[in-house]
Amino acid sequence: MINTRRNFVNKLMLGLFSVATFVALVPLFALLGYVIKNGITSLNLDFFTKLPAVMGMSGGGMANAIAGTLILIAIASIIGIPIGILVAIYLTEYDRYSWLSTTVRFTTDVLTGIPSIIIGIVVSMAIVAKTKHFSAFAGGVSLAVIMIPLVIRSTEEMLKLVPHAIREAGYALGISQRRIILNIVLPTAAKGIITGAMLAVARVSGETAPLLFTALGNQYWTHSLFKDPIASLPVQIYTYATSPYDEWHRQAWAGSLVLIAIILCLNLIARFAFRSRSN
Amino acid sequence: MGQSLSIRQLEAWYGTNQTLKGINMEIAANQVTAIIGPSGCGKSTFVRCINRMHETLPGSKVKGEIILNGESIYGQDPVSLRKTVGMVFQKPNPFPSMTIFENVVAGVKLNGMRNRQNLQTIAEKSLRMAALWDEVKDRLNYSGMSLSGGQQQRLCIARALAVEPSVLLMDEPASALDPIATMRIEELVGQLKSEYTIVIVTHNMQQAARIADTTAFFLNGELVEHGPTSEIFTNPRDKRTEDYITGRFG
Repeated sequence: MINTRRNFVNKLMLGLFSVATFVALVPLFALLGYVIKNGITSLNLDFFTKLPAVMGMSGGGMANAIAGTLILIAIASIIGIPIGILVAIYLTEYDRYSWLSTTVRFTTDVLTGIPSIIIGIVVSMAIVAKTKHFSAFAGGVSLAVIMIPLVIRSTEEMLKLVPHAIREAGYALGISQRRIILNIVLPTAAKGIITGAMLAVARVSGETAPLLFTALGNQYWTHSLFKDPIASLPVQIYTYATSPYDEWHRQAWAGSLVLIAIILCLNLIARFAFRSRSN
Repeated sequence: MGQSLSIRQLEAWYGTNQTLKGINMEIAANQVTAIIGPSGCGKSTFVRCINRMHETLPGSKVKGEIILNGESIYGQDPVSLRKTVGMVFQKPNPFPSMTIFENVVAGVKLNGMRNRQNLQTIAEKSLRMAALWDEVKDRLNYSGMSLSGGQQQRLCIARALAVEPSVLLMDEPASALDPIATMRIEELVGQLKSEYTIVIVTHNMQQAARIADTTAFFLNGELVEHGPTSEIFTNPRDKRTEDYITGRFG
């Protein structure tokens, strides 16, 4: 009698979990399917090689926006990843318990939750207003500011996973702390650190709001990273999708597909390329 | 060659908890000195003071004097002291990102030696001394983690020997190993004492009786008794030592 009840409850709960999982997956696959369905028809070689057509005309592509997105990701990574990793090393290896590191950790958590549009406005005031130019640099900095707390947190977690016994083994051999960090702790945590950094890159490559105030976007090739606005896929998608032209709507779908593909690639690289160095 | 140690009025704290109380002890060169005592009696803290590892823990404090070969260790740079006073830990802890070869030479390499030929000589010599060479000579480029627990521990011993210390501290080096691996470590300790002064912490009184020339009994942070191993086990001077070795407590 009790057993039948237990079995019944077991089946009921299992059913509920399956339904919940299914419900969670439906929007994801629906979204992917919809973007692929709408985007794939407008995707052609021109899309990757040509500049946008004149307003309302058919043809043209998003070559500048694709390149722009890659440039912005590169700038953000060059600034954000080293700073994030260095801060995480400070927090785990040099100063785990002081008020300074507690404050930094708290600030990092707060920064992770700040809406990206606010970061965009602040960077815009700090760089665009000062230099009097929208620029790839300003855009890259705003993305870097979003990345830094993500990189700090993921790197810190990875460094904490390195057993203390490993560091002690290094100390006991008379190795300096600098060498222990560089040659023992970092290589041990390398896979996780790189994965975390790649996921942070993937996270910011779809950001739109901060770029509206900093990189702005344009319809041609950018010649200066510091003086010219630069196009990016998210902003281009935003501009095209809110325009009244059908042709631009189609291109916005194609752009969305390319953007998702880039992010997917970054995620896959993060998951697989650094997965196995074991033997 | 091994060097002698002389410990004078050594006191150590962990936070507000005093783990060592006024230890005075002479450790002779080229002998195996076993430290025995119940858990929490300060034996690990004691050996960790000798290579100044205790001070690396947050909230720790040390007072007193340790003289190594006529010179105070507290007047020396701790990083260079640890090249003279090597240590092997309870749990084998090879560097996970390194191969067997890299593990053995880690100490010398990260202290600046780059010459490949020298590194190879050192690696072979250290692995031979640790009685591991024959088992790993064909797979020096495998990860150190691919070895069994006992082999990993001998790898850690080889790694400690590679920096050519004169004192070797061993903090329960066999307690995580099976009986066969334990036996090999014990044999090794017996062979190494001609070259090194060895201080070994052990939970296992039979082990102390088998391998140590002198044995020191610690209780509640105090050194109760230190003398030739045979005397400690057959004819202890202190009642507490007798109670402990006869299994009345601990």
